[in-house]
Amino acid sequence: MMRIKEHPILDFSKERKIIRFTFNGQEVYGYEGDTIASALSALGVKEFSVSIKHKRPRGFYCAIGNCSSCHMIVDGVPNVKTCITLLKEGMKVETQTNKGELYDLK
Amino acid sequence: MLNQYGYPSPEQVKSKFPSLEILVKPKAIVECYEKIPCNPCSTSCPFKAITIGEDINNTPVVDFDKCTGCGICVYSCPGLAITVCEVLEDKVRFKIPYEFLPIPKQGELWHAVNRKGEVIGEAYIEKVTLTPRQDKTQLVQVLVDKELLYEFVTIRSQDYE
Amino acid sequence: MILNRDLVIIGAGPSGLCAAKMAAEAGQKVLLIDRNPQLGGQLIKQTHMFFGSEKQYAKTRGFDIAKKLIDDVKKYPDLVEIWDNSTVVGLYSDKVLTVLTGETYRKVQAKAIIVATGASEKVLAFENNDLPGIYGAGAVQTLMNVYGVKPGEKIVMVGSGNIGLIVSYQLMQAGVKVLAVIEAAKVIGGYKVHASKLRRLGVDIITSCTIKKAIGKDKVEKIVTVRLNEKWEEIPGTEKEYEVDAVCIAVGLSPLTNLLAMIGCELKYVGELGGLVPVLSKDYETTIEGVYACGDASGIEEASSAMVEGYITGLAAAKKLGKVHPQYDELMVDLRKQLDILRSGPFGEKIRKGLAKLEGVKEVC
Ligand SMILES: Cc1cc2nc3c(=O)[nH]c(=O)nc-3n(C[C@H](O)[C@H](O)[C@H](O)COP(=O)(O)OP(=O)(O)OC[C@H]3O[C@@H](n4cnc5c(N)ncnc54)[C@H](O)[C@@H]3O)c2cc1C
Ligand code: SF4
Ligand code: SF4
Ligand code: FES
Repeated sequence: MMRIKEHPILDFSKERKIIRFTFNGQEVYGYEGDTIASALSALGVKEFSVSIKHKRPRGFYCAIGNCSSCHMIVDGVPNVKTCITLLKEGMKVETQTNKGELYDLK
Repeated sequence: MLNQYGYPSPEQVKSKFPSLEILVKPKAIVECYEKIPCNPCSTSCPFKAITIGEDINNTPVVDFDKCTGCGICVYSCPGLAITVCEVLEDKVRFKIPYEFLPIPKQGELWHAVNRKGEVIGEAYIEKVTLTPRQDKTQLVQVLVDKELLYEFVTIRSQDYE
Repeated sequence: MILNRDLVIIGAGPSGLCAAKMAAEAGQKVLLIDRNPQLGGQLIKQTHMFFGSEKQYAKTRGFDIAKKLIDDVKKYPDLVEIWDNSTVVGLYSDKVLTVLTGETYRKVQAKAIIVATGASEKVLAFENNDLPGIYGAGAVQTLMNVYGVKPGEKIVMVGSGNIGLIVSYQLMQAGVKVLAVIEAAKVIGGYKVHASKLRRLGVDIITSCTIKKAIGKDKVEKIVTVRLNEKWEEIPGTEKEYEVDAVCIAVGLSPLTNLLAMIGCELKYVGELGGLVPVLSKDYETTIEGVYACGDASGIEEASSAMVEGYITGLAAAKKLGKVHPQYDELMVDLRKQLDILRSGPFGEKIRKGLAKLEGVKEVC
């Protein structure tokens, strides 16, 4: 578990609501306030996507929405920047292995 | 040395200490060797014992006559570059800033650590203060052996591998 | 449908927030847009006490400065409208912005625009630098200090500027072991007080050293470092292996100027300021009238100078739109003096050089 429990400066002790979501079909959970990327990192997941041409594994790099290294498919929508997208109950998060395909707006 | 490894030379360290006669009372040892735009040490001292001046890039100068060793500058310095030192009969008393867990407790023995991060002896924890105005920087008062006067800089838990 | 707004500020980091505060103080209506769920930009992840002087909140921890600046703008609920979770994706020369919030697109017609989009982290070229587990130092800071998640257990930091040193210290505070800080230059880049803080924790700082490659299948498992000679060439036989589960890259920032490029204002490459930066007037106006840039987006510096620049830009932009702050002149004099002082020491030299180069361009055009 990669969550920080005790910290000399910051307070992470506050109880937070559990948010359930699925990662590649598997049921997992994070906490309220997490981004998709932080919830996955806490679970030890490092590989978020696979590079388009050479099929190399990719994780996040900047965590502030600049680099696109954290793209995943979220609820069927590809190319979601998971580092700045807040986790929501019931989200379907999947590893992205291509450029992303056209999808229907809900 | 400082520029390459991150620790000052023994001469640099000594240059920041007043004489042993002065150190019979607690005095601030301000180890800020480089011109950086910073001045909270001087603005936080209630006795106006630290001077930086109009240009905040100047390095701080301590007036040991004015310094009472109160320790306020120790937790106000963002560089954690200040300690308070007092030479007793066979021990030296230090007040140091500390920002790690676990919080040391009175009566415990901790490692005494030098500027390179090496363990050089033992430190007896005399007192730990953490008031709201310290904003999470603990002020730890310790006793170490007298030989460690120019060596000691911080503590480390004996449980830390 | 197109929405009409007077002053639009893109980015709610220290610079954008300060610009919004000053403009509002002058009576100017503002729309403040940030793509993050939380306002405050880089400040929200800074757990250390800041440098500078009291005017720039020295000795206050970064995230507490963010709270103060956010409170400052929230004092003007009638004047400052905030769109968070909203990314400006387009900026066009007639001052039209396109903004994406979730899956909703909005178009805004502005009268004046301040671009305070901050910076992005530079990447470093080495074998396997794209393996998961190799992160920008700022990303690691965000992950652990904002979301409370450790990036790994054992880390090597590449780069000894202030960010590399500070993030290393914060990793140790979070309980992560920093095996070494490596630096390609001959000397440590950041403030020595930060370096000493780290050194006394037992963290090795190794200068004239770089990362040669990362090793691992689906994620980084090991790295190899190598020492460099005077000419920055690798010295054979000095390779060293570290077992790590994460690597932090802190080799500098570059201004985020893509929106400024899109709207067509003149940019110039100034290495000292981090890369391409907009050519600006004394009031931080770009070569397009009514379009301003401040903070890291106009050249990499510190949060302290980003705040002061924000105040200046907010004052100037409000004035342009007809709202003159009652203390306009005094404030401008004082703020410009603060900037001069912040930049006057040896650490400000690079900035001074960079700005001088930029000045040169302005005189030509
Ligand atoms: C990793 C890191 C660590 C740092 N550590 C320190 C430190 O310890 N001490 C110090 O003094 N300085 C530090 N700095 C520098 C300091 O944080 C910056 O100089 C300061 O934050 C710059 O302020 P800013 O407002 O210009 O930009 P930022 O704080 O970067 O804010 C820019 C804002 O713009 C938003 N934005 C960007 N593009 C868009 C868009 N298209 N649409 C909507 N919003 C957008 C971003 O989300 C962000 O909130 C650090 C910088 C970084 C990157
Ligand atoms: S110890 Fe107290 S009196 Fe001495 S310099 Fe520091 S703040 Fe001033
Ligand atoms: S507050 Fe600390 S780092 Fe800043 S000038 Fe004073 S001694 Fe140096
Ligand atoms: S990690 Fe860079 S955009 Fe998400």
